Amino acid sequence: MRLKKVRKSSSDKIFLNISTVILVLAMFVVLVPLLNIVAASFSNPVAVSNGKVWIWPVDFSLSSYQNVIKYEAVWLGYRNTIFYTVVGTIMNVIVTLFCAFPISQRRFAGRKFVNKMLFITMVFSGGMIPNYLLVKQLHMLNTVWAILIPGLVTAYNVTITRSYIETNIPQELEEAARVDGCSPLQFFSKFVIPLSKPIIAVITMYYAVSHWNEYFNAFLYLINKELYPLQTFLRDILINSKLDGSMVDDPEIAAMMQAQSEALKYSVIVVATLPLMCVYPLVQKHFVKGVMVGSVKG
Amino acid sequence: MFQKKIGNLKKTLKRDWQYWLLLALPLTYLIIFKYYPMLGAQIAFRDYSVRDGIWGSEWVGLKYFIKFFKSYQFTRVVGNTLILSLYYQFVSNIFPIIFALIFNCVEKERLKKVVQTIVTLPHFISTVVLVGILMQILNSRTGLYGIAMEAITGEYPSDIFAKAGNFRHIYTWSGVWQNFGWSSIIYIAALSGVDTNLHEAAQIDGASRLQRVWHIDLPHITPTIVILMLMDLGKIMTVGFEKVFLLQNNLNRSTSELISTYVYEIGLVQSNYSYSTAIGLFNSVINLILVLTMNAVARRVSETSLF
Repeated sequence: MRLKKVRKSSSDKIFLNISTVILVLAMFVVLVPLLNIVAASFSNPVAVSNGKVWIWPVDFSLSSYQNVIKYEAVWLGYRNTIFYTVVGTIMNVIVTLFCAFPISQRRFAGRKFVNKMLFITMVFSGGMIPNYLLVKQLHMLNTVWAILIPGLVTAYNVTITRSYIETNIPQELEEAARVDGCSPLQFFSKFVIPLSKPIIAVITMYYAVSHWNEYFNAFLYLINKELYPLQTFLRDILINSKLDGSMVDDPEIAAMMQAQSEALKYSVIVVATLPLMCVYPLVQKHFVKGVMVGSVKG
Repeated sequence: MFQKKIGNLKKTLKRDWQYWLLLALPLTYLIIFKYYPMLGAQIAFRDYSVRDGIWGSEWVGLKYFIKFFKSYQFTRVVGNTLILSLYYQFVSNIFPIIFALIFNCVEKERLKKVVQTIVTLPHFISTVVLVGILMQILNSRTGLYGIAMEAITGEYPSDIFAKAGNFRHIYTWSGVWQNFGWSSIIYIAALSGVDTNLHEAAQIDGASRLQRVWHIDLPHITPTIVILMLMDLGKIMTVGFEKVFLLQNNLNRSTSELISTYVYEIGLVQSNYSYSTAIGLFNSVINLILVLTMNAVARRVSETSLF
């Protein structure tokens, strides 16, 4: 028996309309700054520096994008970041699975010990200088390893992977496989990995985003600009305003260059953020799933 | 007895060796990159010099801790850290809850999908780009803030980044802008679990939608709110270093110098490794105590905890 839907009172209708309006407003609050950046990046640099651009391009122009294309640091950074993201994420995911599988198995005698070891790294760390000294001691300063290795595994990702395996791959399956002569390694490769695809997708994306957005390790450990990831270059361009323009005597051209370098910042932001913004709506549901898995007690 | 133990160990090793084989890489990593630096933190109690190294430098006990407690920077950096994180945590906890409750009331499914995608998007913008966006948008001449103020008041405002008092607001509200959508996901999911019978019964009794939000929806997510807030309180002495560091300039240092940025300043700019490590260690120990306390409280009040 189903209850007939109660008709909405007029005050409820008002409340619903207000809720809808607030929702749409919240969306615009998020959207307007982003639109402003995109609009400015497609506007004439002079219009931008005169403060004419709201959320629609003024004097449509691609000149700042032409400047980005000529700006080698951005592309060098792009290339390096893609390298760090791809190689780093593959390493992260493999090692995370190696760590999560054994501690998800109830028959493994060392699981409590390894769990404790992971837990301690979650609540305590040596600190900035001891880490720096370690990287220096290992002669990794100014090499790609300084970017790839120090963040190899995060305890949080191991924990969500472990709890996924624990809840989704029944212990009985392991027992049955074992009776049929399947060793733990075979069980891992033949059952656990294929059955863990959803969580592998989640941690892959978590690790990939953190590589893509990472700048501080590069800032600490790298001197050679050839190795800089995109974000480190972006910091120079956007925040420290270090644009390499030669000195010009003519004030008019100087003002023009100043305007162009300001406009360039907008297009750099767009170019650097676009890939993530395009991919995100496609993979959104995996991220949302990740939040849910993460919120389950570890 | 001892031999029996050895025998047991042999037996479990024989049974479990393949697990240990898989763990070889992750455990090596943990020992070298997580545990060795913890030993390295002993330079907080030594006068570190490059020549003598971590184990050979002269032992000075609590010298650097006392130096920090006595320095005029102590109250400043600890105070700044506490004020910033309390302010941020308060604001950044409230908005996702309100948003989720309102989101849950709206029945237009397609609109909701679009809104949710858009409001969660900024979460993935990198810290560097976020600060870059802030500097463009809040520019007092060319930014949206500047031209909007000019349109309203008729003159351009003063530089918003130049006043130390603005730092906390910029940090907090940009954080809300970036993360409220993402943080609301967990509440929205929890709200989808509300028993519809409760709503129908309340409706028959004449409860308005607003009353049902207050008496049904909100109590339903209260345990989640309490847990997440307690977890956040455990992190009160750790404020995301990167964003503060990027927003910091010489004009706002009086409010933006936090424990973590001070650790960086002393350690890597002034190269005083021991002093910097001592400040960092002081911070880590306080964090540890706070996290464990809050976790214990969470376990008490709701029988769930993070670990």
